[in-house]
Amino acid sequence: MIDTSPINDVWRRLDPRMLVVGPLKNLLQLLPFAVVVLLTGRSSDLVQVWMAVGGAAVVVLAGVLRWRTTRYRITGDRVELRTGWLRRERRSVPRDRIRTVDLTASPLHRVFGLSVVRVGSASGTSGLDRSAQVDLDAVSTAEAEHLRQVLLDRASASAPTVERPATDIARLDWAWLRFAPLTFSSLAGIGAVVGAGFNLLFEAGIDPRDIGIVDDTARRVAAEPLWVGIGIAGAALLVVAVIGSTALFAERWSGYRLTREPDGSLRVRHGLLTTRSLSVSDERLRGAEVSEPLLLRAGRGAQARALSTGLREGGSGAIAPPAPRAEAHRVAGAALHADPTEATRTPLRRHPRAALRRRFTRAVLPAAALVAGAWLLDGWLLDTRAGFASLVLLPVAAWLAVDRYRSLGHALTARHLVTRLGGLRRRTVALQRDGVIGWTVRQSVFQRRAGVVTAEAVTAAGRGGYLVLDVAADDAVALADAVTPELLTPFLSDERHFRRTGSDESAARQDVPAPS
Amino acid sequence: MHADVVAAPLPELPLRPPAHRVHPRAVTWWRLRAAAGLLVLVVPTLALVILVGTAWTVALLAVTAAAGAAYVVGVPPWLYRIARWEVTDRAVYTLHGWLVREWRIAPISRVQTVDTQRGPLQQLLGLADVTVTTASARGAVRIRGLAADDAAELARVLTETTHATPGDAT
Repeated sequence: MIDTSPINDVWRRLDPRMLVVGPLKNLLQLLPFAVVVLLTGRSSDLVQVWMAVGGAAVVVLAGVLRWRTTRYRITGDRVELRTGWLRRERRSVPRDRIRTVDLTASPLHRVFGLSVVRVGSASGTSGLDRSAQVDLDAVSTAEAEHLRQVLLDRASASAPTVERPATDIARLDWAWLRFAPLTFSSLAGIGAVVGAGFNLLFEAGIDPRDIGIVDDTARRVAAEPLWVGIGIAGAALLVVAVIGSTALFAERWSGYRLTREPDGSLRVRHGLLTTRSLSVSDERLRGAEVSEPLLLRAGRGAQARALSTGLREGGSGAIAPPAPRAEAHRVAGAALHADPTEATRTPLRRHPRAALRRRFTRAVLPAAALVAGAWLLDGWLLDTRAGFASLVLLPVAAWLAVDRYRSLGHALTARHLVTRLGGLRRRTVALQRDGVIGWTVRQSVFQRRAGVVTAEAVTAAGRGGYLVLDVAADDAVALADAVTPELLTPFLSDERHFRRTGSDESAARQDVPAPS
Repeated sequence: MHADVVAAPLPELPLRPPAHRVHPRAVTWWRLRAAAGLLVLVVPTLALVILVGTAWTVALLAVTAAAGAAYVVGVPPWLYRIARWEVTDRAVYTLHGWLVREWRIAPISRVQTVDTQRGPLQQLLGLADVTVTTASARGAVRIRGLAADDAAELARVLTETTHATPGDAT
């Protein structure tokens, strides 16, 4: 029987069931290949059968070897992993650097009652290299759960905590399924559906052109004018995207539950076939983000993310599915133990007029260049209406510029620095003041003439730095000084210069209403 | 010191510039580096002139060479007037850049590693960079173009200071 206390300095193996699951997983990945080999081969051709058997044997052997050579142990202050047979690898993570513990179980793992444990940490140097991460693939689900608790709960590592129920922060509302087609996963949805379809046809050895209906339809569409064809193809893609993204949403988010665990960590669980569980320890949380890609924003939706040290830069850190905007703000606030109006939903200060001018030049100038190019091309080479049609770019660019400007804003609440920017993907970030570990202020020649700067609050979590775009130079420094009080003080220029505030700014101090 | 501040174009930011300039040989280093870059541009253009020899290739060569020469002559001293650094017992503070100025401030208490780097040109000139890394992927502060001895000494002092500061710097 498994020892229930994993902290005993003993090297442990992964779960013995991996002897079955590991090779089985690899075999399943090889299955399409094996099927093709077996189907296309003539029955007398035994070589191919032997190849398949040989391949399978190698895969099984590799799985056994991996299980035999992988060991892990948890000591009082480290998590250690040894893997590899020919090339041995040893990985060791200090327990006080552990930031996140991630449990994943694919359908295959679930059948055997196993879970993959991924321990994320902030490593000494960049925090981004692989050595900062330990994967245990896989241990029994009970042990995974136990490891999760032990590894995140530093304080009571020796004495197990009294069992208290976790408190619910959010659960899935199936009405949120309507946001699925509005996310970028709809593109992935197209890929998934088309990919799966073609795979199926390919495995079955069917050429789509051989199917009567398909061929017939293709012929009829080809006979119609071009715009009908484009319209039909577009509509078909749209349908596929909606179906695909809805299916992906359902697979990914069904069973979604966000809880505050008894040890204070934030835990998000979700997944229909593959179940995922991400735990973020509370003291490692540096902030929260509400992200609104353009389409989702148009549908009045948003998605909440956690900013924690130890989450990969590319890792999403999503703590909620795409949901109504108010819900996303509520979840982001709850993650930070703050009222939304004290976090991502606080009224923001508008940025100066110069910021609007800069958004305009940066959006409209490239668009104008494209239009000019199209006119030139038209005049020289083609006799189309490309130049005329391209004029539509100008109002689009202008609209994008205004929208990007309207997104800009920042504020300082009791515990958070809040900044918002972006048009195509608007992000509102509430960063804990304590989480800011430095500042970068940039000023280009153009910004210098406009009297604005871009300030970047540097942090160990999320993308590493969050921008406050195009603020008045004085405001930027005042903001940075307020967030990190002792840091800038010795470098401030004399009082007189610092107090100087133009009339422009008093106008810029109007509040932007919080998004409804 | 104060005269320096007045001589340099005052940045439009209510922060005083960091106290120290980089080593004067950094100007030579930046010139050599720019000249090497110029060579990369001019040599293919020259080849084009020899192979094609039309008027516009000659004009292209002239423009490239003139712009490059202006850069080599003008920009490094300009950058030298702007680039500054300062290390106190609380923070590392740098200012760098000519088209886009960049002020960076990192608290000593959040420093994780201190490195020195010397490229081939820097070795030739006896210069070195000091890079101070924090827990953030975007928070590294780099002091460019110090005398090699000063850089080593600075790195030593910084390492000692950071070891004396408790916490895991995130």
